Amino acid sequence: MGNLLTAIDLRAYYKTVQGEEIKAVDEVSLEVREGEVLGIAGESGCGKSTLASVLAFTVIPPLYVVSGEVRANGTNILTLDKETLRREIKGKYISIVPQGAMNSLNPTSRIKNFVIDVLKEHFPEMSKEEALQRARERFEALSLPPRILDAYPHQLSGGMKQRTVTVISTLLNPKVLIADEPTSALDVSSQKIVIKLLVELLRKQIIKSVVFITHELPLLRHFANRIAVMYAGKIVEVGPMESIIFEPLHPYSKLLISSVLVPESGMKSKRIEAIPGVPPNLKDPPTGCRFHPRCPSYIEGICNTSVPPFITVKSDHIVSCFLYGGEHG
Amino acid sequence: MDRELLRVENLTRTFGTGKSQIRAVDNVSFSINEGEIVTLLGESGSGKTTTARLILKLLPPTSGRIIFRDKDITHISSRKDLLNYWREVQAIFQDPFASFNIFYSVRRLLNNAFRLVLNSPSNEEREKIIRESLLSVGLNPDEVLDKRPYELSGGQKQRIMLARILIIKPKLLIADEPTSMIDASSRAGILNLLLDLRKQYNMSIMFITHDIGLAYYTSDRLFIMNNGKIVESGDAEEIITDPKDSYTKKLLEDVPVIHKKWEL
Repeated sequence: MGNLLTAIDLRAYYKTVQGEEIKAVDEVSLEVREGEVLGIAGESGCGKSTLASVLAFTVIPPLYVVSGEVRANGTNILTLDKETLRREIKGKYISIVPQGAMNSLNPTSRIKNFVIDVLKEHFPEMSKEEALQRARERFEALSLPPRILDAYPHQLSGGMKQRTVTVISTLLNPKVLIADEPTSALDVSSQKIVIKLLVELLRKQIIKSVVFITHELPLLRHFANRIAVMYAGKIVEVGPMESIIFEPLHPYSKLLISSVLVPESGMKSKRIEAIPGVPPNLKDPPTGCRFHPRCPSYIEGICNTSVPPFITVKSDHIVSCFLYGGEHG
Repeated sequence: MDRELLRVENLTRTFGTGKSQIRAVDNVSFSINEGEIVTLLGESGSGKTTTARLILKLLPPTSGRIIFRDKDITHISSRKDLLNYWREVQAIFQDPFASFNIFYSVRRLLNNAFRLVLNSPSNEEREKIIRESLLSVGLNPDEVLDKRPYELSGGQKQRIMLARILIIKPKLLIADEPTSMIDASSRAGILNLLLDLRKQYNMSIMFITHDIGLAYYTSDRLFIMNNGKIVESGDAEEIITDPKDSYTKKLLEDVPVIHKKWEL
């Protein structure tokens, strides 16, 4: 199975009116494989949502792609013109459920009007009836009541809205679905239902892979195949889910995982520690490894001077840290 | 330790009338002891925040009683009585600055807290207390005092709200989803600060949350709320390891934990 999307050396910066650059995504390389759920985890402000925008081509100023490529089917999609992107790629090849998408439904319009808009945009010759029929079938296939189509957004619960938005964004059978924190505003039971929906979409082959962006590692544990950990605009570690959760390599991933609060016996007696310090300002990120000011394993003269390269430590598990291999040992 | 601080008896609050009437809080009774940490745990719409608003006297109950330090405060309404009550019972909320003026600097916000302090100290004394309380919540006073809410991160805002609590030193703190807008990595820091409040001031804390991990980590006892009713209550360890009520069981199944994988 091949890669559906490959990001190579991607840099995406926000440019402020004062001419400053916020390096939200810096030298990120990542591939999205067919059939997988790829989790991207990190703290707020680490650039994970920016990465999602770049991968989904929803880059709007002040965000600019400075360099790098996003390849799909051998073409660098970043060089395509807007119109081709909109007609051929967005929604069809790649679709995004942005953060807070469930609140972006038009409150004064029934869900079906939105559905008709989406389908007619891509299939101008399709009649309203056909469009609705198609949506109805899709809703039924995913065990959502089709009466939702006749409802106004305020008549739906948060979990229902999130599922509706997800189903609408996959109406055109995109290969890749990027979901940016789709469950962060939901309670645990609705959250699980949304996750089930994503898994169902994959199983039914409506979509071929999911990029799931979250700050909740325990959630990724249950359905991700691989996890990429992001810190301060860079990816620091990528590996199989089990490997990242149970044997993380990067000091940041280790701290991130140990700061997780889950109701499991024994956790109560431990004092869970937060990661000391705050993430850096991406206007002027730290030199060398960006985590070095907060890192417990910081080595003076190495970590603050050069950027650690990616090293394959375990099967399919790469990390960018001087603690592993390399000349510094 | 075991002296009772707050007790609610058959607390009920309804919204609407006739057929569309909703019993948001339905005959709820529980008590909180001095120095105890409890959690009112429930999903969205379970009535947990309404319960908090009733206890905070921000909303009158339909029926039932609230007893604070052996005094029935259900019907206090004069400004003086309320202020006295709020000296002892304070809250921090999910979005810490949503209820504060966005044009106020942190200094002004914290200065305003002294309105609730009896025998409010002099200006220099205030500034000193403000700086000390900011330091003890892990913030650098020189960095944050002149900032306004939009210049601060979620974690910083919540820490400032805790600094405010340190100035007022209430007996009971109601923490309504205090960390749901904060990153997992800094969540533990805020919670540990709250746990330290109990250690230092014997403060009682009631968490209102849907985060079972948080509830289990912080609390002595849990009250599980569903559809306005408390369906199960008791020792936190016991409820998590051996839930009795079917709703509690379902809730625990839906929480993503690390060591047991979901069947999807």
